[in-house]
Amino acid sequence: MSAARREAYLWLASRASAAVLALCVVVHLATMIVAVRSGLSAADILGRTRGSTTWAVFYAVFVIAVAVHAPLGLRSVLSELVRRQGALLDWTMALLALVLLAGGLRAVFAVTIA
Amino acid sequence: MSSMPRELGLDWRARGHSGWWAFALHRVSGVALTLFLPAHFYVLSRALTGAASLDAFLRWTDQPLVRASEIVLVFLLGAHLAGGLRLLFIEFRGWRAAWQPGLVATVIGVAAICALTFALNLTPHP
Repeated sequence: MSAARREAYLWLASRASAAVLALCVVVHLATMIVAVRSGLSAADILGRTRGSTTWAVFYAVFVIAVAVHAPLGLRSVLSELVRRQGALLDWTMALLALVLLAGGLRAVFAVTIA
Repeated sequence: MSSMPRELGLDWRARGHSGWWAFALHRVSGVALTLFLPAHFYVLSRALTGAASLDAFLRWTDQPLVRASEIVLVFLLGAHLAGGLRLLFIEFRGWRAAWQPGLVATVIGVAAICALTFALNLTPHP
């Protein structure tokens, strides 16, 4: 695959994940703003999310989208700061994507299923 | 007038443009949210070891400085959301340059509303 084509695919992945995240963040912000009204406690959080397939699927989609979007955004910022693109930056961002995906899905498992 | 080369990023003329401030806010909020995410996931994962572990951390967040940081994070999340939607509409719907100052102000307004609503709800209700 040519470098130009790869960059085009990465741009598309960034924008597609942004569109998914826009919906997820609206729901997340609304949930947070309402949830903190009665004070945050583990019982409140887990009472809402534990055993809920809807929340599990929602947060899993949220995590997958953020694991795509955040490393691509950081890649753009860093490549402009250091004024170069290269394999080291790409592998570092791929590692960040994996860390976010694994950490995020673990958190989703913790609050919805475990 | 500065004689510094523009290649060094020392040309400040663009800073007077609303688009530059939108760009800067989107960058700063994106980087900050990315740095925050691993900590957020770690805290939520504490539920694996029991609700008490998560509760212990939630009590720690009652400190004023932590509360203030949460409000800033909500502002940044609202700003990144609204700023990201602005970018998507520019790229995919061709929203005009003439609208940009108003759109940038809207982005900041949305972020401020999110942060203030969150802050108001954080305060104890009788």
